[in-house]
Amino acid sequence: MVDVNEHDDEQGDAKDHNWLPQLAGGMRLQFEQAQDAWVLLYPEGMVQLNTSAAEILRRCDGSKTIAAIVTELETLFNVSGIESEVLQLAQEATRRGWLI
Amino acid sequence: MAGSSDTDQADTKPPFWVLAELTYQCPLHCVFCSNPVNMASRANELSTAQWRDALTEARAMGAVQLGFSGGEPLMRDDLEVLVAHAHELGFYTNLITSGVGLTEARAKALKSAGLDHVQLSFQDSTQELNDFLSHTRTFDLKQRVAKLIKAQGWPMVMNVVLHRYNLDHIDKIIDMALVLDAQYLELANTQYYGWAFKNRLALLPSREQLVKAEAVVSDYRTRIGNRCQFIFVVPDYFEDRPKACMNGWGQVFLAIAPDGVAMPCHAARELPGLDLPNVIQSNLHDIWYESAAFNAYRGQKWMAEPCRSCDERDKDFGGCRCQAWLLTGDATQADPVCSKSPHHDQVVQLVERAQIVDPRTEQPLVFRQNPVKTPN
Repeated sequence: MVDVNEHDDEQGDAKDHNWLPQLAGGMRLQFEQAQDAWVLLYPEGMVQLNTSAAEILRRCDGSKTIAAIVTELETLFNVSGIESEVLQLAQEATRRGWLI
Repeated sequence: MAGSSDTDQADTKPPFWVLAELTYQCPLHCVFCSNPVNMASRANELSTAQWRDALTEARAMGAVQLGFSGGEPLMRDDLEVLVAHAHELGFYTNLITSGVGLTEARAKALKSAGLDHVQLSFQDSTQELNDFLSHTRTFDLKQRVAKLIKAQGWPMVMNVVLHRYNLDHIDKIIDMALVLDAQYLELANTQYYGWAFKNRLALLPSREQLVKAEAVVSDYRTRIGNRCQFIFVVPDYFEDRPKACMNGWGQVFLAIAPDGVAMPCHAARELPGLDLPNVIQSNLHDIWYESAAFNAYRGQKWMAEPCRSCDERDKDFGGCRCQAWLLTGDATQADPVCSKSPHHDQVVQLVERAQIVDPRTEQPLVFRQNPVKTPN
């Protein structure tokens, strides 16, 4: 019998402020001309991203913290107070196995 | 009907998923093979240049996912060249393989060519399962191949075809996937097309087997968390609504057979009266948008009753055309899996027969004979 319990604690792993989110293995982000949208590609599937999801995920390259991504986006789009939105998306993306 | 101008072409989006069936050559002889019963021989296979052109055209239309399949795609020694070409075009490339022929050298070459993902199929899972339990040859091969796949950092999907003979061992199959460290496990109950249709009486499981298997899968799901995701595909003969086959004819899926024949589904070759286009004679754009074959069952205009006025027609598109033809002799009929079909009784009776008789004594399994290899 295989030990199936050893990975149980991985689910819903809380990410702290040192987290450097990056795309999980096998995920690829690219702009699709035909769809006029950024898409996330994975084995045999695809998700079309809305603009804000695309802007966030494009910056998840393993070198930036969530705080750094928030600052970059706030400067670029001249907005403020988007931290909880960014964090929520990153957590949801992690739950779906897109980010690690 | 086929070739009429009265179709829904205006709404047609580009294909999303292209399946390149590089070759029908295969080292295996599976009883549940869904490829056509009469397959083309190697002599008619597309050349490397012809495949490159077809892939270029598909990508230009907006296709994103590309599966390299067969037969066994590793039987083609230009697989690496085609993967590299597809990767440069921006496709997400999937290799669908039995693993036979995947050496370390080829795995490395495919990785540097840009291959994104490998689906390792357990095409002959009964034998492999026995091997797994007794630690013999085929399982050793799979284990070696799985390690090669992991070593290249590819996500690994394991695919096992389920039927009467292995459904009771689903726990062992899942254990095997966990030992091999697969991230996804497709537990696909046999679909009855091609060779599998010939063997359907022998392969259909009992209802009790299915219920037990589903319970085992759901139990594992709660125990292992994110470690491996299971995709359990129920055999549609046991349903009373049809599957949304191919997400609708000519909507997202385009298969290209080894000889260049383009198909709206990989079993479409068995449908009579479909004048299937070929990538050697036509470009893919015309094939997808203009050809009679791709427009034959596109949209809803071809539908007969009960589909035509059915309030679920936007959901399942009338089910599978190949299944309608196989079971009723008319591809425009509702898929007989649907309880609204006047032919649904046939499916019910087949399933009932699987409950009360032991098909092994009734119909022996017919092992697939493959085309004879011809010299190049």
